[in-house]
Amino acid sequence: MKFSENWLRELVEIKAGRVELAHALTMAGLEVEELTALGESLSGVVVAEIVAAEKHPEADRLQICKVDAGRGETLQIVCGAPNARVGIKVPLAKVGASLPNGIAIKAAKLRGVESFGMLCSAKELDLDADASGLLELPVDAPVGKPLADYLGLPDASFELKLTPNRPDCLGLVGLAHDVAALFGSAVKVNDQTAAPITSNARRGIRLEAGRDAPRYLGRIVEGIDPAARSPLWLAERLRRSGLRSISAVVDITAYVMLELGQPMHAFDNDKLQGDIVVRHAQAGETLKLLDGSEAKLDEKFVLIADENNALAVAGVMGGFDSRVTDATQNVFLESAHFVPAAIMGRARKLGLHTDASHRFERGVDPELPLRALERATELLLSIAGGNAGPVLVAENLADLPQPVAVTLRRSRLQRVLGVEVADAEVARIFIALGMRVESNGEGWSITAPSSRFDIEREEDLIEEIARIFGYDNIPTHTPTGALVLAVEPEARINELALREQLAARGYYEAVNLSFVAADLLAQWGFTDRLVPLANPLSADLAIMRPSLLPGLIEALRHNRARQQERVRLFEVARVFEAGNPPVETPSVAIVACGNARAEQWGEPSRPLDFHDIKGDLDTLIAWGGEPGRWSVHADGLPGWLHPGRSARVVRDGETVGYLGALHPQLAKALDLGADVHVLELALEPVLARRLPKAQPISRFPAVRRDIAMDLPEEVSWSQIEQIVRITLGTRLQELQLFDRYSGKGVEAGRKSLAMGLILQDASRTLTDDDADRCVREAIAALELTCKAKLRG
Amino acid sequence: MDDLESRAAQALAEIDKADTLEVLDALRVGLLGKSGIVTAALKELGALAPDARKARGAEVNAVKDRLADALAARKQMLEQVELDRRLASEKLDISLPGRDGERGGIHPITRALERIASIFSRLGYQRADGPEIEDDWHNFEALNFPPHHPARAMHDTFYFGDGRLLRTHTSPVQIRSMKDRQPPIRIIAPGKVYRSDSDQTHSPMFHQIEGLLIDETSSFADLKGTLAEFIRAFFERDFEMRFRPSYFPFTEPSAEVDIRWDAEDGSTRWLEVLGCGMVHPNVLKNCGIDPERYTGFAFGLGVERFAMLRYGVSDLRAFFENDLRFLKQFA
Repeated sequence: MKFSENWLRELVEIKAGRVELAHALTMAGLEVEELTALGESLSGVVVAEIVAAEKHPEADRLQICKVDAGRGETLQIVCGAPNARVGIKVPLAKVGASLPNGIAIKAAKLRGVESFGMLCSAKELDLDADASGLLELPVDAPVGKPLADYLGLPDASFELKLTPNRPDCLGLVGLAHDVAALFGSAVKVNDQTAAPITSNARRGIRLEAGRDAPRYLGRIVEGIDPAARSPLWLAERLRRSGLRSISAVVDITAYVMLELGQPMHAFDNDKLQGDIVVRHAQAGETLKLLDGSEAKLDEKFVLIADENNALAVAGVMGGFDSRVTDATQNVFLESAHFVPAAIMGRARKLGLHTDASHRFERGVDPELPLRALERATELLLSIAGGNAGPVLVAENLADLPQPVAVTLRRSRLQRVLGVEVADAEVARIFIALGMRVESNGEGWSITAPSSRFDIEREEDLIEEIARIFGYDNIPTHTPTGALVLAVEPEARINELALREQLAARGYYEAVNLSFVAADLLAQWGFTDRLVPLANPLSADLAIMRPSLLPGLIEALRHNRARQQERVRLFEVARVFEAGNPPVETPSVAIVACGNARAEQWGEPSRPLDFHDIKGDLDTLIAWGGEPGRWSVHADGLPGWLHPGRSARVVRDGETVGYLGALHPQLAKALDLGADVHVLELALEPVLARRLPKAQPISRFPAVRRDIAMDLPEEVSWSQIEQIVRITLGTRLQELQLFDRYSGKGVEAGRKSLAMGLILQDASRTLTDDDADRCVREAIAALELTCKAKLRG
Repeated sequence: MDDLESRAAQALAEIDKADTLEVLDALRVGLLGKSGIVTAALKELGALAPDARKARGAEVNAVKDRLADALAARKQMLEQVELDRRLASEKLDISLPGRDGERGGIHPITRALERIASIFSRLGYQRADGPEIEDDWHNFEALNFPPHHPARAMHDTFYFGDGRLLRTHTSPVQIRSMKDRQPPIRIIAPGKVYRSDSDQTHSPMFHQIEGLLIDETSSFADLKGTLAEFIRAFFERDFEMRFRPSYFPFTEPSAEVDIRWDAEDGSTRWLEVLGCGMVHPNVLKNCGIDPERYTGFAFGLGVERFAMLRYGVSDLRAFFENDLRFLKQFA
């Protein structure tokens, strides 16, 4: 909502300057989003007329103008504006003037020709953004008059960011009531007088849209001057309110909307046939709108129609065929009430947002139509002449909102705000806001004016008091209350601790958008059970991610493309899978590439491999304290992983994630190498932690025996570990793999594993014989089950 | 005897000259070892008469002690020299970087979010959460947004085909929390939220923190106090603050909170950092809480905004580019 400060000041006394007014509005919930001073420092700028113009001999684009500056003064001015021509009236900045943009006007020579002043564009005067040419003033502008006086300057444009609950402030008169309450002053608005009726032109109106359109007023004005133009004051007010002057009739309806808040529409009466019918559209009905677009309607839209044709989408936009043109002599003015629920969402559905729909969907005072119609008639008759017919009224009074008294309890007011507001102040605020106030024992009974759609319950009244009383005047208090101690389960690792842990292992946390491109997912092979958005911003942001990895790998590529060879990133966020409701699984993922260790001087460098990432997994598993519940498996891998250098992670028999190298084909498609490794796990299993239960430690020393076994390549370490554990039972404290070798001295297809057996008994010291026997048993078991041989 | 004495005197001179531990040890063997001169002298004692043996024994032992002391002293001296030499040679460039000293870091959004959540948890607020894919009821209707209400237009919403949507704010967690438990309630709900808006100052995904307090006594004054304390705790300084009337369907009265921010160029301006208000009675009713008995307040803030202010980040998009050169600044 944009308006002219001078206009508002004409409607209400404001005992404050501009800045103070802006602050007061903002602090009353009518936020001033932008404040633009207009026509500051225009002294020395006057209305002038170009009386002669000839080409500059030395410059094609310049003209040498003779300008009448009033008081018999004729000045020679060199001007480059394309629209400079004899007969127009324009602003002239005389020598000595200083323009708002800082330019000081001096007598000068332009390409050898003397110039005594400057003819100005709207932009140069800071009135408008238009810099295309000279600001052309109306032909009746008085030559010599200071421009500021002529245009009613200085002024300011206020732009309010109004919240949806305050449609009453979408008209200046409504806003004036709030301002009056804020400054303790009075609104200066006269009662609207009825226009003299000098024509008998009438037209029937039928209401057939039930509760959606309970009131429709119309009037025919015949014989207006189609060539009439809006007077300067009206065009200026529109301009300072952000609207352009179009034609007298259209400007007048816009002006009344800005002034009173009532959207109006004007039809060319000669295009209408028979009665006006206010009805719901039929499914599939279409209408060509003012903006030339074709509206496809359904039964939820209210239409203004005549006997034969749809004319306008009620509360949204008029139709093209019945519009007022520069040939229109007879107009039909519409001033109606549509209930918010009948307009909400309709414009949006048509891809539109209009001044009318903006107001109607928030709520327009149902008592306004008559006043607005009379106001528009008054302006029309004075600007374009013509003869007004009688006011045509159709209304269903039963469907119009009735004023309802709302009770405000003194105790509730104090309880909610935490401050006592004096009774007199409460009454003053309500009265100033145009409400009817009745005191009763416990508080007040308040009836809001019909413009205040937002006053329905006690809280709405409390808000009004708070707003005008001032939020600043409400004290600041620290809450007291019962202390409820939150219990934090110890058997769950804190999410932040997990993030810190990954950071401690060299990973940086990334935050990616939750949506990814379908193409990217297809590249990875994610095609099932996806959750696509119905209205994505773009194809790149279309699908809720089923995995954190595609996005993380994109982030890795982003960094690779910026000279970061070694990248380690992690993310903790949800992944999504189709379902009813869709399944959201918090997950943790890491991606890494480059060397295993950061570049350094003391250790040989080697590329990252599977077991580096497995080390990350192992520390996460160890953290939970129950490594026995976890296992990794080489089967059941997704297609995006390298089939031989990856693993499926299982906890308690359930797959909870994967780790490994990217599949070479995917890596190639993404322009990545073999060094890229990933890990993704469901978060909750990672965060699950065992509550420690202490066991007595053995008082007897442990014995260590090392053996090296020669085994077929395909026997996995986990098999060996399992066999040795089962064989030795509780005597085996730990089994430590300390070397893995294949090559010279070991047959092809076989490998040598060297391991340390740490043996201990809880009840006695193991003898050498005991230890030797354990080793023999372990060797025998391995020989029996996995074709193992003891190496010499 | 003279022989022993003179050989001992000679040995002492040799000990003094010994310049390595090896030489010294060879001397020790020659003097005190099995076939050393002292041992030989002791062996000769057996041939002497008992009286002479005693006197001679004492002399030999005195020589032995003198030699042993001299050997020990010389050994200690040589060891010290040896140690000094070793220490002098064992010098490192301690300025070389340590091994595996690298560390990653958490994201600035996480950092700010955790800081905010921890401030409120110290005030007794418990963490709560809800789904990111919400239904219309929790995201809008229960929060007092009727269908097609213009207030919904302030939330550019992502939809799924089945009528579900991506939550546009963390406020639906209020509803879920209130339906789950009875007052007194103090919850803090951080999380991702979504709006279909993307430009220099809007990301289609961002992070919010919702706070909610419901009890029998809370008032707008308490809300002001809580948020003033929070701002002070988060920024570790006092700010000039103002509460501006605003409108959210689920609170009334509602406010936006501005702080007086000092820009780097020395100017100051009001900066909006929070939205808040007293929980609307309709919302309490929707959750089965008696609005006559209980009142409460709610507030919501954008984590990115706080992270930008706190850490001097000027471009919102930097948070989601995951550029290591950016992330490393927060390690």
